[in-house]
Amino acid sequence: MPVGLVVVSHSRALADAAVELARGMLPGRELAVGVAAGDVDGGLGTDATAIADAIAAVDSGDGVVVLMDLGSAVLSAETALELVDDDVRERVVLSPAPLVEGLVGAAVTAAAGADRDRVAAEALRGLAPKQAHLGG
Amino acid sequence: MTVVDAAALTAWVREFARLVHEQRDTLTQLDSAIGDADHGANLDRGMTAAVAALEATPPDDPAAALKTVATTLIKTVGGASGPLYGTFFLRAAGALDVGTDPTHHGRALAAALRAGYDGVIARGKAERGDKTMLDALGPACDAFDEALAAGKALDEALGAAAEAAAQGRDATEPLIARKGRASYLGERSAGHLDPGAASAALLVEAAATALAGRG
Repeated sequence: MPVGLVVVSHSRALADAAVELARGMLPGRELAVGVAAGDVDGGLGTDATAIADAIAAVDSGDGVVVLMDLGSAVLSAETALELVDDDVRERVVLSPAPLVEGLVGAAVTAAAGADRDRVAAEALRGLAPKQAHLGG
Repeated sequence: MTVVDAAALTAWVREFARLVHEQRDTLTQLDSAIGDADHGANLDRGMTAAVAALEATPPDDPAAALKTVATTLIKTVGGASGPLYGTFFLRAAGALDVGTDPTHHGRALAAALRAGYDGVIARGKAERGDKTMLDALGPACDAFDEALAAGKALDEALGAAAEAAAQGRDATEPLIARKGRASYLGERSAGHLDPGAASAALLVEAAATALAGRG
């Protein structure tokens, strides 16, 4: 099974659009990606219990890479790790990658069947193509 | 009499919720100066939900009461105070061991508060002086521990903790924020009380009020 991905954002619309963009790079390919975004009322916010549920839903035993936007998304993702089972926690990587670029890199490698550490590494170098192009 | 039981901690949570609701606009006003103007509304929503959860399923033991508050705040607050206060209550619940001897309840509560405080440090990667809730919680834990070590009753020790938390909150005014949204402001964050320290002082004040007369 491919490595699972979870997208954590303050905004449901932002997360869904990021996933749509990543899926656009993978026509016809399977990808296990979950979204945990927005607060309980559909407003801006993050919810660690929703993140924990999303991790459990995409975890096939081969690992999960979590990508997030900023601020409370980071704190909630870390808190979510306190809420999942011990064996699941060991398979999860919280990626410090930029959300959009990291997700695209992770999605392409995950769909190609790479292992968790490879997927996480690809997410982390998500800015590299843009930096190389713009000379930043 | 049992000093720190589920009813006592439920009373604490209820009093904290009441104070947060009463000071909701003040907290939001503080947050609008240096943050994103949602602290009062977010914490009020979370604590209202926490009280409702405790009413819906009354906890059997004090640790269960704190665990319910933790998961409810994590689920309903939305902003950074959700995981931060959620972690505080989660770690406090994990550390709370009241045992059977009521004379140890004060120390058990102090150990739980210290575990919660350490949890907030770990979660936020912050330290005292960063202009955060730690600036109220840290002095409160110290004052509580010192008062109990000096042989003071729970009442008096919690009173000392509340006073230390209020002083710690007031001392955040000149500080430059080093964590969270306020840190983007750099020196412009000085001259304002920290909203997280303000709500944390209410948490300790609520404990002193709700547990008064219990020892």
